[in-house]
Amino acid sequence: MHPASAPSALPSVPPSAPVRLAVNEITKTFPGVTANDRVTMDVRGGEVHALLGENGAGKTTLMNILYGLYQPDAGEIVIDGRAVRIRSPRDAIAHGIGMVPQHFLLVRRHTVAENITLGLAGTRFFLPTRDVERQINAFAERYGLRVDPRAAIWQLSVSEQQRVEILKALLRGAGILILDEPTSVLTPQEATQLFAVLRRMKEEGKSVIFITHKLDEVMAVADRVTVMRKGRVVDTVPVAMTSKSQLARMMVGHDVDFRLPARRPGTGAPALIAEDLWVQSDRGLPAVRGVSVVVHRQEIFGIAGVAGNGQRELVEALTGLRPVDRGRLTLGGRDVSRWSPRAMSKLGVAHIPEERVRMGIVPPMTVTENAILRRYEEPPFSRGPLMDYASATRFAQQLIVEYSIQTPSPRTPARLLSGGNIQKLILARELAHRPDLIIAAHPTYGLDVSTTDRIHRLLLERRDEGAAVLLVSEDLDEIRILADRIGVMYGGELIAVMPAGTDRGTIGLLMAGQRP
Amino acid sequence: MSWLIDVLIRGVAFGTPLLWGALGEIYAERAGIVNLGVEGMMILGAFFAFAVAQVSGHPVLGLAVAAVIGGSAALLHAFVSVTLRANQFVSGLALSMLGLGLAGLLGRGWEGSPLRTPLPELSVLPPLGALLAIVLWILLYHTRWGIILRTTGESPAAADAMGVNVSLVRYLAVIFGGMLAGVAGGFLSVAYRPSWTEGMTGGIGWIVVALAIFASWDPLRAVGAALLFGTLFHLSFRLQAWIPPEPLQMMPFAFTILVLAVTARWGARKWQAPEALGLPYLRGER
Repeated sequence: MHPASAPSALPSVPPSAPVRLAVNEITKTFPGVTANDRVTMDVRGGEVHALLGENGAGKTTLMNILYGLYQPDAGEIVIDGRAVRIRSPRDAIAHGIGMVPQHFLLVRRHTVAENITLGLAGTRFFLPTRDVERQINAFAERYGLRVDPRAAIWQLSVSEQQRVEILKALLRGAGILILDEPTSVLTPQEATQLFAVLRRMKEEGKSVIFITHKLDEVMAVADRVTVMRKGRVVDTVPVAMTSKSQLARMMVGHDVDFRLPARRPGTGAPALIAEDLWVQSDRGLPAVRGVSVVVHRQEIFGIAGVAGNGQRELVEALTGLRPVDRGRLTLGGRDVSRWSPRAMSKLGVAHIPEERVRMGIVPPMTVTENAILRRYEEPPFSRGPLMDYASATRFAQQLIVEYSIQTPSPRTPARLLSGGNIQKLILARELAHRPDLIIAAHPTYGLDVSTTDRIHRLLLERRDEGAAVLLVSEDLDEIRILADRIGVMYGGELIAVMPAGTDRGTIGLLMAGQRP
Repeated sequence: MSWLIDVLIRGVAFGTPLLWGALGEIYAERAGIVNLGVEGMMILGAFFAFAVAQVSGHPVLGLAVAAVIGGSAALLHAFVSVTLRANQFVSGLALSMLGLGLAGLLGRGWEGSPLRTPLPELSVLPPLGALLAIVLWILLYHTRWGIILRTTGESPAAADAMGVNVSLVRYLAVIFGGMLAGVAGGFLSVAYRPSWTEGMTGGIGWIVVALAIFASWDPLRAVGAALLFGTLFHLSFRLQAWIPPEPLQMMPFAFTILVLAVTARWGARKWQAPEALGLPYLRGER
């Protein structure tokens, strides 16, 4: 491996364009973590520069420094050859840096034009959106970013909202555009459209910094790629001179074996049967609209779809957290449509929730206490009114070893664990009692490659032992690796169910709502 | 018929301090800051307006001073809730208590005295209030400032990322709100009931807070709402020979709860509270 400051091992390409932005030896520490350790990289004009790394590698920290949201402890930022200080987003904008954040910063109730007007200098005082609407239409035409300037943000799809964020940056004259994991919310087709927009911007001489952890996207759209690991830059290489496996090795630090154990043939009897299920959203609107599905034992049923198409409400209904409005839910031959979460759990339903810190654990409670949350009121963890912490601790220790959870001790508060270890703790607790049905929502979201692999193996193991697994994920690759059958949710409906091995394009079209 | 006109005129008179206070509270809340200190700011305004008018003989000067005093009291709330990011509700409640206590203390020598040079009730502030409502409505919905103010209350993070100084906007909105509350209080002591009595605001500040919600944070709606609440309040006195005043005095609050319940369940997005209302903003926190 290359140490952070070593020169590139590959022959350097002659710079085709002048360097627009350079960061030199940027260091940023947070209590207990060095998020950026002497990070050095440069971005040229007319270049799409990918910033590749696992979650926690320090990519977002670096970009927040560039956008003035954090101040670096050491190091300098150079724009067009001049060292600058960026104290706030306002400074960043003044220097021509625009950012499309992962979580959009849009006012949901305001119109597209109102959102964009806010950041523009020199708009008229009265009726400022009028001129801006014209500008939006002009830019939308030029870059292929079509959106209605008078629509309210909440009426737009996620990919349209992303277009608004991009337009916002472009209208403010951004010459350097940072996109933070832009494809995580898009269907494959929408991602392809986005790449076309990026190429268009490149042709106009703009610089694009594209943050991602997906290797395919780097290969598809970037000119050069800077790989980060644990806060340091591993290397910067031209994409034409590297390969996916080399990038993966640089990103993870060791060779990665993506092969999973072979599928055991055959599925068992129906375990979960949902018939014409209707579930309401928090706002009282139908979020799940007439979903019917059967999940068998020894089967992983994957649900693909862009976030917000009813997956969350479906999962909550299946685990008893959200009332079923209409329809029937049968588990192991019993009607469980009206059962409580506890009753469902007792019946053998495991739940790996979407928000692991908020719903999966009680952050200030210890690893031991979190490990017994499902069964704390039963022997051997409690005797009459009293808790038996000795046996609870023994149980926790056993899980820590079995699931290789990195924790200083079973008495450590769960909130101090890393995301990956919190997720392993949740899986350990949920899987310890050999559930018949496992409902896993985004089980590997934001986790590093090795923990992801570990979790995948656990789910496959349980399937082979006879559990039925319902896997909801926005990561199409994850669904395609694990699922025996793939369902696609769109607008609250399960619009198609397909066999394993269905290609990405077909699923992608369905995710965008194009019915078969 | 003349009875009805009379009731409406009284409604306008009593609705005036409600309108001024509510317009200020609406602007503060549009920036994302709840100020429950309206009662305190009003009573301070009432006292200082009275004192200055009594000494100088100029009620309008008294109102101007009331605005400054209300704004200063609001500055305290802004400092605690914006800069220190403390709980806005606690800070606002404390401001109400503080204002009532301080005005009571300072006003001891004047307790019960009538104002020598009162302002005619319906002369200045009622029409000016209606005009102000229109101006504030245009500013809110059809100007650049309006977009900045509304964005600050809906999503301070979005405003910040667009280069808006969130703290400054919130300070200005809260101070402006305090100034209007001060004037509203001043109206009570120099025009509505030209005199000074301890606690003369008698809970009007709380009706103002309710009114801002009842009007869906819209300055023009606040005009109608203020007239309605003002009329109800007047009726509670006028009809007390036949019905006890308490039920009618409760009406503004009952209406507000009803409106909150209705908009929460069925209301269009447009009429809901600013999304970041009551939440302190710290850059970088999600």
